[in-house]
Amino acid sequence: MNAIVKQHLIDPEICIRCGTCEETCPIDAVTHNDDNYVVDAEKCNYCMDCIAPCPTGSIDNWRVVNTPYSLDEQFSWEELPEQEDIATDEGAAATMEALEDEISALLAEAHKGTGGKPVAPASAAKPSVNLYSRSKPAIATVQGNLRLTEEGTGNDVRHIVLDLGDTVFPVLEGQSIGIIPPGEDAGGKPQGVRLYSVASARDGERPNTNNLSLTVKREEVGVCSNYLCDLKRGDKVQVTGPFGATFLIPEDPAVKLVMICTGTGSAPFRAFTERRRRTMPSVKGGLTLFFGARRPEELPYFGPLKKVPPQLMTQHLCYSRVPDAPKEYVQDRMLTCADELSALLKDDGTHVFICGLKGMETGVDESFASICRQSDLDWSAVKTAMRESGRYHVETY
Amino acid sequence: MHDAIHVDYDTMIPNNVGLSEDRKVLKALEKWHPGYIDWWKGLGPDGFQEALVYLRTAVSVDPKGWAKFDYVKMPEYRWGILLAPQEEERKVPFGEYKGEAAWQEVPGEHRAMLRRLIVIQGDTEPASVEQQRHLGATAPSLYDMRNLFQVNVEEGRHLWAMVYLLQKYFGRDGREESEELLQRHSGDPDKPRMLGAFNEATPDWLSFFMFTFFTDRDGKMQLESLAQSGFDPLSRTCRFMLTEEAHHMFVGETGVGRTIQRTCDAMNEAGIDDPYDINRVRDLGVIDLPTLQKKANMHYTLSLDLFGSEVSTNAANAFNAGLKGRFHESRIEDDHQLTKDTYPVVKRVNGHIEMVDTPALSALNMRLRDDYARDCEKGVGRWNKIIEKTGVDFQLKLPHTAFHRGIGEFAQSEASPDGDILSADEWAARKDDWLPSKADGDFIASLMEQVTTPGKYAGWIAPPKVGIDNKPGDFEYVKIDPS
Repeated sequence: MNAIVKQHLIDPEICIRCGTCEETCPIDAVTHNDDNYVVDAEKCNYCMDCIAPCPTGSIDNWRVVNTPYSLDEQFSWEELPEQEDIATDEGAAATMEALEDEISALLAEAHKGTGGKPVAPASAAKPSVNLYSRSKPAIATVQGNLRLTEEGTGNDVRHIVLDLGDTVFPVLEGQSIGIIPPGEDAGGKPQGVRLYSVASARDGERPNTNNLSLTVKREEVGVCSNYLCDLKRGDKVQVTGPFGATFLIPEDPAVKLVMICTGTGSAPFRAFTERRRRTMPSVKGGLTLFFGARRPEELPYFGPLKKVPPQLMTQHLCYSRVPDAPKEYVQDRMLTCADELSALLKDDGTHVFICGLKGMETGVDESFASICRQSDLDWSAVKTAMRESGRYHVETY
Repeated sequence: MHDAIHVDYDTMIPNNVGLSEDRKVLKALEKWHPGYIDWWKGLGPDGFQEALVYLRTAVSVDPKGWAKFDYVKMPEYRWGILLAPQEEERKVPFGEYKGEAAWQEVPGEHRAMLRRLIVIQGDTEPASVEQQRHLGATAPSLYDMRNLFQVNVEEGRHLWAMVYLLQKYFGRDGREESEELLQRHSGDPDKPRMLGAFNEATPDWLSFFMFTFFTDRDGKMQLESLAQSGFDPLSRTCRFMLTEEAHHMFVGETGVGRTIQRTCDAMNEAGIDDPYDINRVRDLGVIDLPTLQKKANMHYTLSLDLFGSEVSTNAANAFNAGLKGRFHESRIEDDHQLTKDTYPVVKRVNGHIEMVDTPALSALNMRLRDDYARDCEKGVGRWNKIIEKTGVDFQLKLPHTAFHRGIGEFAQSEASPDGDILSADEWAARKDDWLPSKADGDFIASLMEQVTTPGKYAGWIAPPKVGIDNKPGDFEYVKIDPS
């Protein structure tokens, strides 16, 4: 069987032929004739430079194919062909974040802030991807559902443990799983799959248990978050995945991790911390955490975090709504720690992971840029180099 | 250190030109800034200054960072000065100085000409914001409203781009010109904008879409030729502006395309085959195709006038001086000096229209206009594809360049859309068949209604095929009253 390829294509029905993609492409993979702009599958290296500048969104189309469509085929199109049914084996799947379009789109959106094609850390383990899908979900059993934030804070964040019983469901720290909420949406269609980062290490909540945990915030009108937060021990849940092949913990003990998060964005970092604690307890000072919340009472895992020894991890917990104290966001604390961060950015072993609400991206990015300026670094170049070598990761929603 | 790619937010004016180390220019721009904000609040989008709009903002000028999407209040939009990265060892690509190192400072002998080119370009940017300021009140959806505001803030940023060049490179003259750019207003009888099309009203959304398709495309062609300039800061400025300009083309092409789609769908639903059965089509609450043709006729020809006279000494001088090149200059295979070449120019000879070979250097306006017409032609072809797919028997067509012209070879005569020269009487009798009449305008105006439910669209326009930034159909692109 041929290796399957995820081919980058331009939708001729939506494209306005402005030529921005061709101008932008650094390796001339985009070309055109009088009819269409097209991408040469032999040249495209998925750098994603063309995606953001395209004014129409026509550039952001993908088909999983056994044999890529030729330039001539693409020139002749008036519309994009349908996705064909492609049989996939596990090996091919491992190079992609997900095989289902619905999930690929969610992950692409979440990873957008990476600023280009996300690349897995060099020392990350090979992930399994999409073993379970909407048409063939795994069934998990709720083992526990614990509130992480204090009662009465109005911010209900939960730690939910799902037991997978005899089902083989291998996840790596940093991967996500899909949850299919029961019922239908307003349009009468089945509910869309929601993605949640796994908050536990690959060998389970406690070593050698076949379970995993999620960190879920109850949203006022969130179909899936309310469904999950209301689950009781013994309830059955439809699960898909695992998903994600780039936002993964590096296995190299020499690597330094800078983890920046808000709210439930802490989930993958709880998994990272657990993994480091279990497998390399003697490595000191490799983890730095910037974690923002409104108040200590609303910071998920506040209690457990206090028990993590400082030799293992440097913690910067920042609060924006503590009475009588100035507001402090993660990006503010980053500026306070400019020296420490610029030293880390100059270190080729440093990996930066950012996870949380989309709103944090710009502030964090500006802080990095500002820190770089102060120490004669070019953040744009640093970021690109880090991303290309699998050392810069963003997952926001 | 300034890194030339990443935007520096340390000063009030985001920039990648090291403003914080250029105190003089920074001070001049800071002085200009309040006047700009006053202008925006007074003549920018009317009634939406507090709304949260899902806009893209550039955080750097490389492809990775220039389209950050987030909710922004328009007056807080980060207008700034963004130049495409400097190419090392760039040469003047055409004209008398071809092959010399590109200029980082204004060439003294061409100072006045260069200033004029920048001022004319700069004048069009705020003009269109002024023309479009009332459209929010009749936006056919939140999606369209957001697109309008994105166009508006980017036109505002393009003004900044030109003002920076004036302030940085033209001293006192530049400062005065910058002030003037805020003093002239679209349609103002005493202080109008410099070019005709920018003093016309944009009364409805169809006009807006036609304007962004046809008139902004003139802007694109002008920017393309200025992006070739031997004056490197102008070239770099225009190159970055072109990336933004593509969005404006998109708004125009898809806006008209979606209008066409809705009209054809409504005709099919109602079983109307004849596109010229105008009253029945209009009864469906959609804009009939012949009226769309008339609107295209008008906006296309007004935009052709923006290219100036077919034969022009000014254009020849600007080219010779290395200031303004041709569309895709670097992809043209010739000597890039045009000392011996000719170019066919359309002329009226003995009552007929003929193509006459003319020295290429003086025919540069004609050539750019031809490139423009070809670009328009392709877009019209894609509109026709939409019509064809619905099975409706109708084709849109661009009129002859002699039709309805106010500038150039045909300014003094009248012609039909097919290019037949007409007497004044013949023209007066047929004019309303070819250009929108007051009644046509009234009908279009009667369809304009503001729709603010996320995911809903006014009855005369189809929804887009994909959302901005891949957002789902019911995404709330504008939070009109965020409090």
